[in-house]
Amino acid sequence: MAHFTKATSVKDWLNQRLAVEKVEKVMASEYWIPKNINFLWAMGMILAITFALLLVSGIFLLMYYQPDVKDAFYSVNYTIMRDVDFGWLWRNIHGVAASVVFLIIYIHMFTGIYYGSYKKGREMIWISGMLLFVTFSAEAFSGYMLPWGQMSYWAGMVITNIFSLGGLHFDGLVEWIRGDYVPAQAFLTRFFMLHILLLPLAILGLIGLHFAALRIPHVNNQDGEEIDFEAESKKYLAGDKVGSKVMRFGNDFLSKDLMVVGIYLVFFFYLVFFNYGFALDPVNFDPADGLKTPAHIYPEWYFLWSYEILRPFSVNIGLMAFGFAQVIFMLLPWLDRSPNAVPASRRGAFKFWYWLLLIDMIVLTAMGKLPPEGVFSTIGLVAALGFIILWIALPFITMNEKKV
Amino acid sequence: MHNSSRRGFMGKAFGAVAGVGVVGSLVAMKKTWDPLPSVKAAGFTTLDMTIYPEGELITEKWRGKPIFVLKKTAAMIAKQTESQKARDVVVGDSHFMLAIGLCTHLGCIPSYNAAEESFLCACHGGMFNWAGEVTKVPPPRAFDIPPFKIEGTKLVLGEAGPEYTAMKDSGITL
Repeated sequence: MAHFTKATSVKDWLNQRLAVEKVEKVMASEYWIPKNINFLWAMGMILAITFALLLVSGIFLLMYYQPDVKDAFYSVNYTIMRDVDFGWLWRNIHGVAASVVFLIIYIHMFTGIYYGSYKKGREMIWISGMLLFVTFSAEAFSGYMLPWGQMSYWAGMVITNIFSLGGLHFDGLVEWIRGDYVPAQAFLTRFFMLHILLLPLAILGLIGLHFAALRIPHVNNQDGEEIDFEAESKKYLAGDKVGSKVMRFGNDFLSKDLMVVGIYLVFFFYLVFFNYGFALDPVNFDPADGLKTPAHIYPEWYFLWSYEILRPFSVNIGLMAFGFAQVIFMLLPWLDRSPNAVPASRRGAFKFWYWLLLIDMIVLTAMGKLPPEGVFSTIGLVAALGFIILWIALPFITMNEKKV
Repeated sequence: MHNSSRRGFMGKAFGAVAGVGVVGSLVAMKKTWDPLPSVKAAGFTTLDMTIYPEGELITEKWRGKPIFVLKKTAAMIAKQTESQKARDVVVGDSHFMLAIGLCTHLGCIPSYNAAEESFLCACHGGMFNWAGEVTKVPPPRAFDIPPFKIEGTKLVLGEAGPEYTAMKDSGITL
């Protein structure tokens, strides 16, 4: 057995049993962050805070929500919104955070692409991040089912039908996922389970992996410079804080991080209190009706780009294009053949590729919201083809890039 | 050496026990997600085919899905092509377009425009004619026809009669 001495203080008592000082060093005061960064490096913390907001508001919603096809709609729209004191607050927070979290995820992702933060040992950060994107998408979809309104029902119908895989006709698989011929009680209860237990567990695990993947390669910096963290941290600890290229995570970097988080939270709660309408679709304020499709079905804004890749093609080609769009981001570290891990602005043709991809995805998002008619259909088709061509072209564009 | 082979045996023995357990659990989990017997048992609906007005689309419900019933007008019957005749459901001397009212693309309900005698799906813009055939993609095939059995002037949905079996065998419906 390890040798314990009489504790001289509470801290010493804890130190002997939990090594709290050592843990504090590893996690905060001697976890080194480059100084050469900007506000975009705070997106990770903003995401963590937003996830916490989702968790807390979700816990309060869970106390009144009824996962029953007869009661679900009224438990949300009557009990929570009108009966429960401050019930509206939890719902607004939950709805707004579910939407805004994707905005931040996209900013976080495109920051990573711009600065080449998926290369040179940072591949696992990218992959775990993309897995988080997938689980967050599943979490958003399963949560969208729970109010059991018209959009919940028909989104559930359309998305589960994707699993028949078009011409393969896996109708048995679709019925198995639903537990019925159409979305009904079994469907609602199992998506409720996924939303409040299985997917959040997966997300927590993946967040752990995402953070762990950062430890060895460390955070990237604005110039993609390869920093010797060992030497720079020694310099810092020896007293040359100005000359060192790194700073402590806690509380130095954290104070900057929380500054950005503070600005974000002001914006976030402005939306929660005064402008939450965008996160609550008016069509979903009609109870689910299996015999009436709403005039326009469209997903939430964050799924529109991939929805628009599905839409302009015939069913099998559309599904292949959709599948392509879902997995292709995951392969980015290998499709980018260039050894340069520097900002896109210094990478020649890749700079244009980056901005074209961003613009193309914004166009896809806009077209996905519009009805599939006339010129919008054509623009959507061109943008969908553009997306595929850009990704196929990426290895060729980056192969001949000059070493910076 | 003696020890390590003993440990190797213990590891393999545990692997065997765990393997049986994993397979068993997966079977139980899969079966737990299957549609319940009560859901399957409620899968039959009987329609009285004498009550439908000509040229008007009526939506019935079977297994939670909308079922389109359109009693064809004399003009429609007269202009039927061979492929449209093959989809025709005849009860007594009335002709019907009978179909599961879900777009074969991703399952939205198309709406019927009586003046144009055609269906339009709002989700992805697919179109069908009055006989249930696709006139504009993305839907990959004509409306599916639910399993039916003709009993006098009545139609039982969920049971496969000879007329339905013939349609299924010739590939008119899935």
